[in-house]
Amino acid sequence: MAAAAASLHATAAVSKSRSAAIPQVATSVRVAAASRGPGSARARGGLVVARAAAVKDEAADTNSGGHEVLMFEALREAMIEEMTLDPTVCMIGEDVGDYGGSYKVSKGLSEMFGDLRVLDTPIAENSFTGMGVGAAMKGLRPVVEGMNMGFLLLAYNQISNNCGMLHYTSGGQFKIPIVIRGPGGVGRQLGAEHSQRLESYFQSIPGLQMVACSTPYNAKGLLKAAIRSENPVVVFEHVLLYNMKEKIPDEDYICCLEEAEMVRPGSQVTILTYSRMRYHVMQAVKTLVNKGYDPEVIDIRSLKPFDLHTIGNSVKKTHRVLIVEECMRTGGIGASLRSAIIDNFWDELDAPPMCLSSQDVPTPYAAPLEDATVVQPPQIVAAIEEICR
Amino acid sequence: MAAARPISDSTAPLTIETSMPFTAHIVDPPSRDVATTPAELVAFFRDMSLMRRMEIAADSLYKAKLIRGFCHLYDGQEAVTVGMEAAITRKDSIITAYRDHCIYLSRGGDLVTAFAELMGRQVGCSRGKGGSMHFYKKDANFYGGHGIVGAQVPLGCGLAFAQKYRKEDSVSFALYGDGAANQGQLFEALNISALWKLPAILVCENNHYGMGTAEWRAAKSPSYYKRGDYVPGLKVDGMDVLAVKQACKFAKEHAIANGPIVLEMDTYRYHGHSMSDPGSTYRTRDEISGVRQERDPIERVRKLLLAHDLATPAELKDMEKEIRKEVDTAIAKAKESPMPDVSELFTNVYVKGFGVESFGADRKELRATLP
Repeated sequence: MAAAAASLHATAAVSKSRSAAIPQVATSVRVAAASRGPGSARARGGLVVARAAAVKDEAADTNSGGHEVLMFEALREAMIEEMTLDPTVCMIGEDVGDYGGSYKVSKGLSEMFGDLRVLDTPIAENSFTGMGVGAAMKGLRPVVEGMNMGFLLLAYNQISNNCGMLHYTSGGQFKIPIVIRGPGGVGRQLGAEHSQRLESYFQSIPGLQMVACSTPYNAKGLLKAAIRSENPVVVFEHVLLYNMKEKIPDEDYICCLEEAEMVRPGSQVTILTYSRMRYHVMQAVKTLVNKGYDPEVIDIRSLKPFDLHTIGNSVKKTHRVLIVEECMRTGGIGASLRSAIIDNFWDELDAPPMCLSSQDVPTPYAAPLEDATVVQPPQIVAAIEEICR
Repeated sequence: MAAARPISDSTAPLTIETSMPFTAHIVDPPSRDVATTPAELVAFFRDMSLMRRMEIAADSLYKAKLIRGFCHLYDGQEAVTVGMEAAITRKDSIITAYRDHCIYLSRGGDLVTAFAELMGRQVGCSRGKGGSMHFYKKDANFYGGHGIVGAQVPLGCGLAFAQKYRKEDSVSFALYGDGAANQGQLFEALNISALWKLPAILVCENNHYGMGTAEWRAAKSPSYYKRGDYVPGLKVDGMDVLAVKQACKFAKEHAIANGPIVLEMDTYRYHGHSMSDPGSTYRTRDEISGVRQERDPIERVRKLLLAHDLATPAELKDMEKEIRKEVDTAIAKAKESPMPDVSELFTNVYVKGFGVESFGADRKELRATLP
């Protein structure tokens, strides 16, 4: 198709103009995506900003001021930038093309890139996820969208056995640079089947990487990094966060996939959280600060693997940990994280690590029941008071 | 014409009629007359005999407990992969399920790496980490090697999608069995392939048994070549290597021009479903020996070679002896390769390591070093 041919030739030109415009910024060697092989187009295309949280303020000051976006616009920008930079990036999902995406993440992309690169699928998650894996085996970089994360349970076999394991079972011959993304989590009375949190189901799959975004800044950065990564990455978005507004830098940046984000430095207790619960935590923190507490809040972002470096340094400082998550209590991310903290940082702990999770129930429809399913700020406040006693 | 001695390597054209006509579904079938050459027929005999011997040797190795776990043997079905390979190039992709040893060989894989992988050794084609069901050969566009029934078909349609995306002018063959033909994801993938006009060829290797369940007990409609409904199909005698070649050539041309097509190869496996299955509890020994006598793919080519005076019985016997020796040598070489080192446990989980390792139940789960 003409569109595909056009963007194949345009790649080099885009890279050159980008690197000319951006001032030099020191990069950290820990940024995985920056260390590409010599032949890669992406090595030439633009600087990457490391340590997203740490340099965030500097970036906002040194450039023209950035621009304000909503979360879904940030994701959309990420898709447009990556699809422009690399002609092998394509998008596969239900209603991502003409309809523009059920959460408007792919609005306009079909017009920009053509229908060979932004593909509307029938309602067949199992097969189109499998097709994404097959295309990735052959050198494309598909971004597969689950309209709701819960629907991807239909594709669990493909995600677990083919996506996660093919690199290993082929002895390293095939890599699967696929990104699987979609909204999950408890919304506003969407019902049990549309309020699922799949991070707990996917966390055991060997070979898969998982990240959860929570702000427009890290959503764009993580999605870009995920697309550039050679490994299969699942990006968990949240149904209620798509209209979050934030100012993000104008220049090209990515966030490190394996790094946690320091949201609020503190000294008394470490609160580990991710996705929507970050906001419940920050709301609770307002109350806690008024009461004289000094919590340190870390958005773990990387659900698999955990950033034990950042987490460990924090535990070493505060000696107390609270995990606040939206997963179910049984077998959730918090369960694994608590286990990892106990294994690694036992000597640093002054109190048992606590974990606040959603209740082990199907999410009810009625509003007060739904509210009671997830962790609410008063519960977080009470938990901190308990830990710090 | 007078026979050429020693064994014919002539590339003079030769036309041979297939044993049976093709049965077609919403498409005009190809001609029964297949163009071939004496050299090609000899190569067919040689390749299929090599595969047959490899599978029989694998049987012995399994009984000697050198191959463990699941081992699914292809003997009886050799004509499908040999005929397919003759009709296509290495630019075309092939993906199959777990009965993959012979297809690996067809795609250019060698005996040593095949046996080594079966025995879990370092020089195995997947470094000993895949096993019988996970043979792959990336440089020959052979995509494996999959254990879950039917899951390889969407992958195969994804390969076809990538071929169309990159305008590669090649096709993808997604092989599956009569058991897998009842999987929903096949129909999903076929629908998408037809919608997007992908160069995908779905090949049902119908050996009439899904492990212990005969096709008439598993499928309301065992006409697998018609199952595509709006997608054309062709039923082929899968024991006739020339018919397979003709059908695959036809299918490739069709797929590039018009999108997906379904091929049903009527074939048979002599062994049970796997080495754990004797293969005689759900079918009679008479049936098995009957097929072997009347439809064996290698015997068919032998008869052709003798009838057209392209080889003598003695020459073919010598070839078989050589092949036997070749296989034995390969096994001996494969046995020399050591088992993978324990550190290999953690390689290739991710493309790039990120400093995290996972350990067994008695050690730490994740490790981080603080400054």
